[in-house]
Formats: sequence, structure tokens, C-alpha cells
Amino acid sequence: MSAQSCAISLTVNGDPVSETVEARKSLVDFLREDLALTGSHVGCEHGFCGACTVRVNGVIVRGCLTLAVACDGARVETIEGISDAGEITDLQAAFEQRNALQCGFCTPGMLLTAQELLQQNKTPGRELIREHLSGNYCRCTGYQAIVDAVEAVAHARNGGKR
Amino acid sequence: MKPAPFAYAKARSLDEAIDLLATRSEARLLAGGQSLLATLNMRLSAPRLLIDINGIAGLDTIAKTDGKLEIGALVRHAQAERSPDIAEHAPLIARALPHIAHPAIRNRGTIGGSIAFADPAAELPACLLALGGEIDVTGPKGKRTVKAEDFFKGLFETVLEPQDVLTAIRVPAATAQSRVGFAEFTMRRGDYAMAGLAASARADGKGLADARLAYFGVGATPLRAKQAEAVLADGKIDAAIAALDDDLDPPDDIQATGAVKKHLAKVLLGRVARQLLERRA
Repeated sequence: MSAQSCAISLTVNGDPVSETVEARKSLVDFLREDLALTGSHVGCEHGFCGACTVRVNGVIVRGCLTLAVACDGARVETIEGISDAGEITDLQAAFEQRNALQCGFCTPGMLLTAQELLQQNKTPGRELIREHLSGNYCRCTGYQAIVDAVEAVAHARNGGKR
Repeated sequence: MKPAPFAYAKARSLDEAIDLLATRSEARLLAGGQSLLATLNMRLSAPRLLIDINGIAGLDTIAKTDGKLEIGALVRHAQAERSPDIAEHAPLIARALPHIAHPAIRNRGTIGGSIAFADPAAELPACLLALGGEIDVTGPKGKRTVKAEDFFKGLFETVLEPQDVLTAIRVPAATAQSRVGFAEFTMRRGDYAMAGLAASARADGKGLADARLAYFGVGATPLRAKQAEAVLADGKIDAAIAALDDDLDPPDDIQATGAVKKHLAKVLLGRVARQLLERRA
């Protein structure tokens, strides 16, 4: 009925995965330690920094504030899967072109968060971009270049229309 | 940090969740987990059992009945943000939602969890108090309804008993006369407020009636500023702001001193009073 460890089955980046995990293990630790998907990063571990951002059932979540056991039956996507699928190639290129990263620790979370914004809103202004990215810390860039990159991709995806 | 070990169980019904709560003395319900898991990771609490209620059917609906809007406990913040019913019938909650944490957290955090956790700096408990809302609770002896003003007891403390499950909140549906206002000060967008104010009133000629001012982040629970409310009903904004000296006595905390919070509370009332006096579009 209740257990310290539980068997879970889920899909990760489209692949079926079945593992037994400790109940207290966070989703991001499970992805990194059990599945060697180390693109999602562990920063603050209490929901502030956004470095652990992954997608569960199509929406972004904090990987540190989601338990792996609670993802039984879920569809999990990480930066590895979303990158390999080509879904954010333009965002990645814009981040590189505009120096929207230096150390890169925050970048996977930034990309997934920016992608969700661009899916919801085709023409976000700079203020809305800043608001949407407010839960993702970057300690290198000062954010200006990140906002520039996201704005440029929104513009390009919209066929150059604002 | 990593949380201390705990056991995990998935409840498939309300009855099962209530039964499971009795099996361990240190059991906690897991809804969105966006506050709970952060406190576990920081080892501020160490429950022995987490009971996942996300699989219980029927707790994630939003419905208007008998002049009231009912929001199920498992409605996520993001779901509430998109809800046309909340926009129309609970405009104060609609106004507050974008200020709650960040998109990734709103995708997972629940309305019921926010109320049950009762963080004194959280937006939704204050909204519920400002609207004169109520809370549905189911426990071993059955279902009961608690008024918002009776629900919040102290710092992170509510009337919920160890085997109680919060199942829904209910607020009076807005009418053509309803006026609402909301403002908060945060260090960073989405942070907990240094001070915040959720307010409701009824338009009455050129003035306001039944003003309810619920402050958050200025005490152990969301707090009504009742003397300011009475003065505001007469349309005197400056006098209402002055009355806050008697209504509020915020303690210092990690974000600001009590004196700064008092000052911010006054600035907030000026802004929110203007929102209340605007005509509804």
C-alpha cells in the first residue's frame, strides 16, 4: 500500500522506461542518476532557480519539485529529447548567435521555458518574455541577450511579423 | 539538499486518502508539491508518509452553482489562469494568479494546496479572505464547510485536522456591482510578497460598500484591515491609509523590517483603492 521504493513505468523522450525508484527521489535526480540524462541541471533544489526544468505531460515543471514516483505513467521530455527532435533548433542557434549563455548551466531550463512561452504566445513583448523567464536564474548574462534571443525567434517564427 | 526518506502511497479515492492519513502519525498529503517538496528538500519537515492525491477523480473541476464559483482542490494554477469561469466570476483570483510563482510552478501547484499550506505571504489565502469565501473539508466524520475567516489560525496553521482533506473552495460569483483590487511588492516577479493586498467591494452610487481588505505578508496569517475598510466605505482614501496604523503591526522578516512593510501596505492601499473605484469594463 505504501513503500519506500516503488516500481514506475513512464516514457522518457519517447522511450519506455521501467525502474524501481526510492520514493524520495526527485524527477531530476532520477533522470540524471538512473538514466544518465545530465542535460537537466540541479541548482538550488527548492524551486527557485529553474535549472532543473523538464516537461511532464507536455508542460514544463521543476524537476526538483516533482517526485519520480509521481511520474508513473507520465510522458517526460528533457532537453536531450527536445533538442534531438529539432523542436528548438532555432532557439538554440539564436542563443549561440547572441551570446545568450556563458557557462550554460541555466540554458536547458531557459530553452524549455522560452519554448513554452513561444508555443502559448506567438508575439510576446519583451516584458512578457521577462515575466515568463522570471523563474529561471542566469548568473552570467544579465538576461538582456536571452530576452533578445527569444524575441528574435518569436519574430522569425512569425514570418518576420511582430 | 535531498529530503529525509519517506514512504509513498497513491490514494485512489477520498476515503482511501483519509484512511491512509490515519496509518502514520506523520503523514502528509501530496497535491502539486510545489511548497511541500521544497520544505522537504530543505529538511524543514520530514514526514514519514506522503499520500499522493493527484489520482483522485472529481477534485479538478471549476463550476458555478447558486451564485457561487466552486474551484476543486486539485485545479492547477495554470488551469485556473486559463479558465473563462474564473475570469468572469472570480476576477480577483484571475488578477492574482499571474503573480503566483513562475510558469513551471503554476503548471503543477494546486489551488487547494496553496490554501491548505497557508503561507502568510501567499496570494490565494488573502484572495479567499477578501472575497468572504469558504472551504470544503472532508474528514473521518464526513464533510464540512469552513468560512475563510475561521480557517487560517497561525503561521502555516489552519483548522485542518490530521485526517482532513481540503476538497474545494467556493467564492461568491462576481456581479455587475463587484469591484476588486490586487497589488503586491516583490523583490523579483513571482517571489513571495514583501507585502500584498487583495480587496473586494460593492459599488454603491459613487462610493463603495462592504469593502474587504485582506493583506498578506504582513503577519502570521492573511489579515483584514477592518478600520481602513470602514473608512474606505466613505470614500476617504487618505483616511483609510491613516487607519492602517491601527490595523497593522507587521513583524520584521527576512525581506523587510516591520516599518518598511507598514509603509508598503499604505502605498498598496492607495493603488488598490483606485482599482476598486474604477468602473468595471
